[in-house]
Amino acid sequence: MENIIELKKVTKKFGGITALNKASLHVTKGEVVGLIGDNGAGKSTLIKTLVGVYGPDEGQILIRGKEIKAWNALKAREAGIETVFQDRALTPQQSIVKNIFMGKELKYPFGFIREKEQIKEANRLIREIGFTSNLINAESAVGNLSGGERQGVAIARAIYNNAELIVLDEPTNNLSLNETQKVFDFVLNVKKSNRSVLFIGHNIYHVYDISDRFVILDRGEVVHELNKDNVSTPEELMKIMRDTIVRH
Amino acid sequence: MDNNKSFLNNMFHKNGRALGSIGYFILLMVIFFIGAPEAWIRPNLHQSVFVMMPTLIFLTIPLVFLVASGEIDLSFASTYAVAAYVFALLVKSGVDPAICFVAGVLTGAGIGALVGTLIVVFRLSSLVASLGVLFLLRGVILLLTNSRSITIMEVENHWLYPLLVGKFYGFPMQIFWAALFIIFCYYFFNKHVFGIHIQHVGDNSVSAEQMGINVNAVKIKAFMFVGVGAALGGIFTTLITYTFFPTQGFGYLLLALAAVFVGGTPYWGGLGTIVGALFGVGVIAYMEIGIIAIGWSGEWRQFFNGLIILLALLGHRLHGERVR
Repeated sequence: MENIIELKKVTKKFGGITALNKASLHVTKGEVVGLIGDNGAGKSTLIKTLVGVYGPDEGQILIRGKEIKAWNALKAREAGIETVFQDRALTPQQSIVKNIFMGKELKYPFGFIREKEQIKEANRLIREIGFTSNLINAESAVGNLSGGERQGVAIARAIYNNAELIVLDEPTNNLSLNETQKVFDFVLNVKKSNRSVLFIGHNIYHVYDISDRFVILDRGEVVHELNKDNVSTPEELMKIMRDTIVRH
Repeated sequence: MDNNKSFLNNMFHKNGRALGSIGYFILLMVIFFIGAPEAWIRPNLHQSVFVMMPTLIFLTIPLVFLVASGEIDLSFASTYAVAAYVFALLVKSGVDPAICFVAGVLTGAGIGALVGTLIVVFRLSSLVASLGVLFLLRGVILLLTNSRSITIMEVENHWLYPLLVGKFYGFPMQIFWAALFIIFCYYFFNKHVFGIHIQHVGDNSVSAEQMGINVNAVKIKAFMFVGVGAALGGIFTTLITYTFFPTQGFGYLLLALAAVFVGGTPYWGGLGTIVGALFGVGVIAYMEIGIIAIGWSGEWRQFFNGLIILLALLGHRLHGERVR
């Protein structure tokens, strides 16, 4: 199976603190990988390095087997990696349409925006994601939306760009049951279309339900990897996680 | 009917800040008209406003971009003089004025790039750092010129002079250039990827960075644009008066900033309005000249400038607080 992305022995330090220590991680085509670990295990740093927000201090990043130098967020997006960040990475005073196309605007030559096309696409996307209220349209400001609706905008952005890998960082935080189910449906749809998902969460039940493979992170190191075939319940996964961390 | 109503609501909501600024302008006109109808009807009042307005437009509109990006610049009032100095000095030394014009504008862009890089790379407060640059550059100009002005009567015979500041059917050409500049800036801010990125960066720079926007580059470009606007203001004024004088531009510092905020661009970044700023310039320019025209003493000018800034801020408050 082809690796969409592979991190090889990546180290990231902030001042004197080593947030990631020779962490390796790969995601292959069509799989859902669940990244788990305690608070402070380095999940966020690993994700932000993977999607180019941080450049690694040491180690390699390979896209489809090829090493990429000077890794950054733009390169990650160009490589087909879209991220729904924990903070959702929205600009609240701007419209939904501007947020969906942020950084990847549809342009005419010389950089002018194809505004009508963007609005049409954004309206289609927010209906598809399931924004029910008719009061909301592509030109509404994001700041007036609820938490779930904002998550919808962030997901719409990831969908539109037809990413090969979608990274979801704690996507079910602060969402209602109904909204959480929508996120799950979304992940299943992505998987069905043979694309990949990297799912980060501290709710082990959510991660268990949805992932094909689990990666356990502790104190900046990848300490264990296992396939879903080897675990039968979320409780077992939780036990494995605890035992691994205690041994580490 | 309902559709109409929601259309109007929507339009007011989207353009509230610009409409507010147009409102202040109309209000000011009405007050002047009632206060001194005979002065208001005289064309020379409006003519003198039209002479002042283009310079203020070149200075103010780029500031909308910069303020929307979450930064501020005070150094533009000195950049104005440096660019005009480069222009005048080159003209005086016999260089073709068209080349001098380009050199002056590039000087403005260069200073903007330096100021922007300094602020972005060293993470300085743009208010304080640009205040420093404001004084520094003014000092350099005063030292270089020994406080002496430069007269450039010779530009009158060059084709550039009538093209930029000549008369067209009685109207000064600089009005047309300023109008073109506004139209360009309107599209640049609202419909171009540069303006859109500026709004994202000013709104939430962390989000913009996560989405792959080069936040530092966007900010530096916004500073450069302010430098270009300042250079245009300085060169046009120098052409109009045939004179570069070392203190020029200083008087525009607070007026241009006032025009941005009276125009409805909030100080916190992420939002801005070009149309609003245009009417903000209108308010400030008429205030400067109108007070005298209706026969009040010049002392009232500052008082009313202050009053209108406060009233405008209170009025724009109605458009709500920053959403997060």
